[in-house]
Amino acid sequence: MSKLSTVSLQVMWNRLISIVEEQAQALIRTAFSTSVREAGDLSAGVYNRAGLMLAQAVTGTPGHVNAMADAVAHFIREIGPGNIFEGDIYITNDPWMGTGHLHDITVVTPSFYRGRHVGFFACTAHVVDIGGRGFGADANSVYEEGLYIPIMKFADRGKVDQPFVRLVRGNIREPDQVVGDIFALATCNDVGHRRLTGMLDEFALDGLEQVGDFILENSRRATLEKIAALTPGAAEGAMLSDGFATPILLKVKVTIGADEVCVDFAGSSGVDPKGINCPMVYSKAYACYALKCAIAPEIPNNAASLEPFRITAPENTIVNALHPAPVALRHVIGHLIPDTVYDALDKLLPRTVPAEGAGPLCNFQVSLRPASEAARLSGARRAEVLMFNCGGSGARPTLDGMNTTAFPSGVMTMPIEATEHAGPIIIWRKELRPDSGGAGRFRGGLGQFMEVGAVEGHVFDMSAMFDRVKHPPRGRLGGADGGATEIRLDNGTAMAGKGRQAVPEGRKVMLSLPGGAGYGPASERSHAAVLRDLALGYVSAKAAKAAYEVSDAEIAAVEAGLKRGELPSPG
Amino acid sequence: MSGTASPQGNLGADIGGTFTDVVLEIGGESYSAKVLTTYDAPERAIIEGMHRVCAKAGVTPAAIGRIIHGTTLATNALIERRGAKTALITTEGFRDVIEMRTESRFEQYDLNLTLPLPLLPRNRRYTLRERVAASGKTLIPLRRADVAALAEQIAEAGYESVAVGLIHSYLDPSHERLVREVLLERMPGLAVSISSEVSPQMREYERFNTVVANAYVKPMMKRYLASLAAKLAGEGADCPIFLMHSGGGIMSLEGAAEFPVRLVESGPAGGAIYAADVAARFGLDRVLSFDMGGTTAKICLIKNQTPKTSRVFEVARSYRFKKGSGMPISIPVIDMVEIGAGGGSLAQVDSMRQIRVGPESAGSEPGPACYGRGGMRPAVTDADLLLGKIDPAHFAGGSMLLDVAAARTAVTAAIADRLGMSGETAAFGIVEVVDENMANAARVHAVENGEDLSGYTMIAFGGAAPLHAGRLCEKLGIARLLVPPGAGVGSAIGFLRAPFSFEATRSVYMRLADFDAPLVRDLLAELESEATSFVRSCDARAPLSVETKVYMRYVGQGWEIPIDVSRAEPTIDAYRALFEAEYAKLFSRTVQGLDIEITVWAVNASTAKTVPAQAEGLGALAALTASSQREVFDPALGVRVTAGVFARSEVAIGRLVAGPCVIVEDETTIIVPAGCAATCRSDGCIEVFKPSTDAAEARLAAMIEA
Repeated sequence: MSKLSTVSLQVMWNRLISIVEEQAQALIRTAFSTSVREAGDLSAGVYNRAGLMLAQAVTGTPGHVNAMADAVAHFIREIGPGNIFEGDIYITNDPWMGTGHLHDITVVTPSFYRGRHVGFFACTAHVVDIGGRGFGADANSVYEEGLYIPIMKFADRGKVDQPFVRLVRGNIREPDQVVGDIFALATCNDVGHRRLTGMLDEFALDGLEQVGDFILENSRRATLEKIAALTPGAAEGAMLSDGFATPILLKVKVTIGADEVCVDFAGSSGVDPKGINCPMVYSKAYACYALKCAIAPEIPNNAASLEPFRITAPENTIVNALHPAPVALRHVIGHLIPDTVYDALDKLLPRTVPAEGAGPLCNFQVSLRPASEAARLSGARRAEVLMFNCGGSGARPTLDGMNTTAFPSGVMTMPIEATEHAGPIIIWRKELRPDSGGAGRFRGGLGQFMEVGAVEGHVFDMSAMFDRVKHPPRGRLGGADGGATEIRLDNGTAMAGKGRQAVPEGRKVMLSLPGGAGYGPASERSHAAVLRDLALGYVSAKAAKAAYEVSDAEIAAVEAGLKRGELPSPG
Repeated sequence: MSGTASPQGNLGADIGGTFTDVVLEIGGESYSAKVLTTYDAPERAIIEGMHRVCAKAGVTPAAIGRIIHGTTLATNALIERRGAKTALITTEGFRDVIEMRTESRFEQYDLNLTLPLPLLPRNRRYTLRERVAASGKTLIPLRRADVAALAEQIAEAGYESVAVGLIHSYLDPSHERLVREVLLERMPGLAVSISSEVSPQMREYERFNTVVANAYVKPMMKRYLASLAAKLAGEGADCPIFLMHSGGGIMSLEGAAEFPVRLVESGPAGGAIYAADVAARFGLDRVLSFDMGGTTAKICLIKNQTPKTSRVFEVARSYRFKKGSGMPISIPVIDMVEIGAGGGSLAQVDSMRQIRVGPESAGSEPGPACYGRGGMRPAVTDADLLLGKIDPAHFAGGSMLLDVAAARTAVTAAIADRLGMSGETAAFGIVEVVDENMANAARVHAVENGEDLSGYTMIAFGGAAPLHAGRLCEKLGIARLLVPPGAGVGSAIGFLRAPFSFEATRSVYMRLADFDAPLVRDLLAELESEATSFVRSCDARAPLSVETKVYMRYVGQGWEIPIDVSRAEPTIDAYRALFEAEYAKLFSRTVQGLDIEITVWAVNASTAKTVPAQAEGLGALAALTASSQREVFDPALGVRVTAGVFARSEVAIGRLVAGPCVIVEDETTIIVPAGCAATCRSDGCIEVFKPSTDAAEARLAAMIEA
């Protein structure tokens, strides 16, 4: 391979990454589910003929990282290599071969160039409904969670399987939107295919072999160099979380070898009776994501850059739940995996990883309906509204945590003005929660307060998906814990962190979403930073006195400054 | 433009980050000057530039009939956080909207990510008890006494400017107006901006940010504009002054002082208007404008001689120009992509042994290694120099001798040695990577707009663009490139071509199933009267054109597409047909069985665009032979080729030069790739084109052979 071709191969690699970004953009623009179009809960990638992933779009969902890398191989096996034709489109929502729950639909399209099969495009999106009990933790098995679509052809040589479409329409609550999303998934693969054809034309290639080998070889070598630079060793970590009815223990052992990093989950809790279990693909994705952030953040995702990260777990544990375990809310456990891995990794790579953060997205689904027949007659209606909200992230070795910013997920919240147009819901409050960031040399990011009610004439159920109620984020190296999740009605009645619960007419749900934990002892925090936090209202006077030994005179000085609209000068 | 109505001159003035460009058009001639921007008193550079161009033209400032001005001052104040002491007043429960942003991370793999700080810290954000619902109904009335109490606090704290942003105020602005009224009663001199006027659109994060940005720069811009008008008048230029806005039109000085956020990105908007004007001369309907300077490249789609516009853009990106790392501003704006790719962009090798270029830039100090001012790291200009694209003895008209050895040392140390390749291959790699980055940005931008770039013409301006435009065209499959004269002051010329225009928008949600034709007629009439009265305040007589756009999507989707309904009757069927046609064009197929919804209504009123003289057709062309030659690396062939060297003035109308060759002018160099030819058009544009098999052009090809 001449040096000149190295330059063009690099150009082609960049091009493939640009192609999958375009593919993802096309999906965002055409999708119906809020989780895809507003929150970015999707992924898109290009694969070689053997099903090895060459490039993946960077979207809001690390949960799809490894899962997508494995998915196409399942499709090739199930469809049969001899049964792949131009114009075909394949589909599944198999939680164990796709991305962990029935709500994620994966569509794979083989790409042909001048009659020759050159590779695949695949994409995944979280759809608004898949039938069954609806989105929530309450099912006892995957059978109750909705319609199962085995790996099959959605289109055969260009012809869409109409009986399949009818079957889907007949089994879900929002048929127009979900079928619309399936078509959006197919469209986005088409966009990728068109760009790939243009690239092969431009470089006068007949396939992806040469550029594929180049990508995989360089990524593997770069990843192995990163791993080789680490000190080998092994360490254990653990985390206890709320679970549904009983607490869940996650245990990991991280081993850094000469040319691999292994994570094993032996000792973790068994399968839970409710839908918070993770299929292995999903656990693998988040463990891998945690390692990549800490060890090799700049190397693009593909089969080779992910391969040196080996993730294992005993069967029938919460992180390797087998069929037919219920898995709808697998994200609640999955999003706690990075902090669990970091509990171990902190012992191997000191001063690299953050303190614990809020972890799982603080999502909830609200099902609204008319409060009475009279209300219905005067215009009250039924509606389902799903909201994504974030607690604070953990403090870092040299930086405070981020306020109301998701980690490990990277999805976006919706504007409340848009949410209030989506259904008869009123968000009365959505703002920072003072004193929820764990104290420390570096402070945890703040969580948030929310108050949720219905438009007059409506009542609602809330399907809660919260963790960190009894197990707030833990501080690192002497940093304090973050604020725990709290959920109650505005009359003070307690509510549970998970499950579907009725809210009486006229009542509001009061949410306090968790803050990130602190890093290092609070006594080492710069005094100027503490006074600034006080002036910004991130920390109350009471907490500042308790955690940081701020004097009454200093508090008075800060308050006097606030009357002039001024902040204390940074120290 | 001067036409018969006014014998007087038109002055365009563009204040940029480094230079202030001034152009005077008078008596059919154009005179330009570049003056260093004077940050302490920006109007000084304009005045100096004005005197220079007047001297060149042999006139006094009294000969100027109209001044059109664009500036990055508002943008810079936002980026550098140099605005007024400003407070935000918002709805109770929503104090932190501008701080909580979208609650997401714009970079997924960086554990040490830092989010940009909100423009106003939390202590400068105040709340009032009030609430309007999504239906427009008032849930909690605003009490005047509460506002009066807050006004006391605002007064005591000594704020100079206040932004008011209340939830759902785009549906009912009465609470925001009451707040303004009470504040002004207490503090008559206070600058107050309300979100229902600055940006009456749904989505609180964008709307609040926009009103805050407006309030933040308002006192400063108001003072600056007043001082500018006074000083210009004092120098004898006692004529109307207008401002270029980000949407590509012109607004009055008073309008600009009230809504200064609309001046953000007015300079680049002028560049796009300039390209649109060139497109009009050639009757081109599909143009990609490519503006590449020292730090960034800007790419814009120009269809039917009109730059594409958008309703939201991001200013002050804080993280490698990454989407999401800046502040969203929702105002009508010319839609362009800006990426960190310029002559000063620095190259390095990453952990995958890949060459990466930008967005970090060497700037003008120390500049690329070849400037010999202490820069040790290789920049794109160094690579261009090593590949023979730039003549070291004739850079910037020969005013600066470039150091080839320093460029070679930098490229060798940072790239070639690390990758075990020759210095030349490394330089090729740098240029190829930056060209590919720009090509990818252009492709993604085109795809987002449902466009295919083949069949487009590129118009290139800015110091570095002509060096890279030829290769970019090859990568994008674009067969025709125009490099206009005076490209160095393109934005200022663009100001003189811009129409008076104003876009009025409203967020009113409506499903087609519930289409209310009388309400629609009333709404559009109201928007039209708002837009036209703005334009009429600038020009009371000129004929106006009015364009109506509605933003539509399938119910349940999150992204609207703008549909031009200017010529449609407001009926369900007409709107549906227009939407479905556009949707199918963008995404191949429509979605069956779903209702369609409208979210935003926009009416743009504008004076007629100036119609430039059409460029004449190509006459007989005589091949020109180069008097000198040099070796230039050809990226498509991957080898050095012998290229003819021409001065731009040599390439006169009727002359044809064959690629590979270089056309040198003071401000830049045009690279004509192998297989292409170039000639000069009647308006002075250099046209670079690929002779095709088309019969007429086959003759050209034969001439090139000869």
